[in-house]
Amino acid sequence: MSQRRFIAFATLAFALAGAGIPVARAQPRPAQLQAAGSEIAFTTRQMGVPVEGKFGRFSAQVALDPKQPEGGSVSLVIDTASARFGSAELDAEVTKPTWLNAAGFPQASFQSGSIKATGPGRFDVAGRLTIKGSTRELVVPVQLAAAGANHVASGSFTIRRLDFKVGEDEWADTSMLANDVQVRFRLTLAGLPPL
Amino acid sequence: MNSPSRHAPPATTRWHPASIALHWLLALMILGSLGVGLTMTGLPFSPLRLQLYNWHKWAGVTILALSALRLLWRLTHRAPADPPMPQWQRRAARATHGVLYLLFFAVPLAGWAYSSAAGFPVVLFGVLPLPDFVGADRELSEAIKPLHRWLAYALAAVIVLHVAAALKHQFIDRDGLLLRMMPARRRGPVSSPAIRS
Repeated sequence: MSQRRFIAFATLAFALAGAGIPVARAQPRPAQLQAAGSEIAFTTRQMGVPVEGKFGRFSAQVALDPKQPEGGSVSLVIDTASARFGSAELDAEVTKPTWLNAAGFPQASFQSGSIKATGPGRFDVAGRLTIKGSTRELVVPVQLAAAGANHVASGSFTIRRLDFKVGEDEWADTSMLANDVQVRFRLTLAGLPPL
Repeated sequence: MNSPSRHAPPATTRWHPASIALHWLLALMILGSLGVGLTMTGLPFSPLRLQLYNWHKWAGVTILALSALRLLWRLTHRAPADPPMPQWQRRAARATHGVLYLLFFAVPLAGWAYSSAAGFPVVLFGVLPLPDFVGADRELSEAIKPLHRWLAYALAAVIVLHVAAALKHQFIDRDGLLLRMMPARRRGPVSSPAIRS
C-alpha cells in the first residue's frame, strides 16, 4: 500500500468512524435497509380510540452477526416530519412544537448498546431512544427471520410519550390522550449474515 | 302514515308510552348531535375538540341503535289514528316520516364510515370498539365527509318541516294531533281526553 493510498484509507476509516459507522472492530459488514419491506408505525389512544401513524422516512445502520450478536450494533434515524396519519389534520398537527417539534428536532434516533440473544432468532436490543431532545434507555425485543435473500427484523415496544414531552400543555392530560404509545417496526435488511 | 289497521279494535288516540319516550329521547339526542356537530368542526385542534368529536360519535351510534329499536317497535305496534286532514297532508306526513327514518340511519352510518375512513375507529363510550365497515383511506374519507354533512343538513331541514307541521296542527288546525305524542301528565286511561275537533 502506497503512502497516498494509506492516507486515503485512513481518512475514509476515520470519517466513517466519526459518522458512527463501525469499521475497525470485529463487526460484520453493515446490512442495507430495504425501504420496500420496512415500516415503523405507532399507535396512540385518544379517549380509548386507537389511532395509528407511520413514519415515512427513516434509515437504519445494522451490523449484526446473528450468531454473535454481542458485537453487533443497530442505529436508527427517523425523520420526524414524515409522520403520517389517516387524516391530513393530524399530519399537520403532529409536527408542531407541542408534539414532535419537527422544526426543532428533525430527527428521532435509536442507538443500541448491548445486544443479547434470548432464543432462536430472538434478541434483546438495549439502547437509547432519543425523541425531541429527550433520551431514554430501553430494551427492545427483536425477532429476526429469514425472508428470501433478506432478513426481517420485527417487534414492538411501548414508550411513554410524556418521557419525550410529546403532547405538551393541555395535551399532557393522559385521560384524553394515553401516555403509552405502542411502537411497531418491521425492518427488511439485505446482506445480513445467516441466522 | 297513521291509518288504523283494518282488523283493529278501536284506534288508540295516543302513541304508546314507549314510542313517546323514544321520540323525545331521540329528538333531544339528534338536536344535541346536530348542535355539537356544528360546533366541533369549527374548533381548533384541542382536547375539547377531541372530546366533542367522541361524544358526537357516541351519540350518533346510540341514535342509530335506538332508531333501529324504534323502527322495529313502530312496525310491530299500531299507530294512533290521525285527526281528519286533507289527503295531501296525510301523504306529505307519510313522506316526511319516511325521509326522517331514512336519515336516522343514513346520517350516523355516513358519520361512522367517515370516522373509520379517516383512521379513527369508533370506540363507543371509550370502551367498546366498533367494527370499521371501511378501512382507513384518505380519499374515501374526503368523499364521505361532505356526504355526512349534507345528510345532516337534510335531516335538520326535514326536522324543521316536521316541527312546523306539528305546530300548524297545534295552533292553526287545533286538532290535538301533537297531544298524541305528549307524555301523559299522570297515570290514567290511555285514551286522552284532549282530542277535540
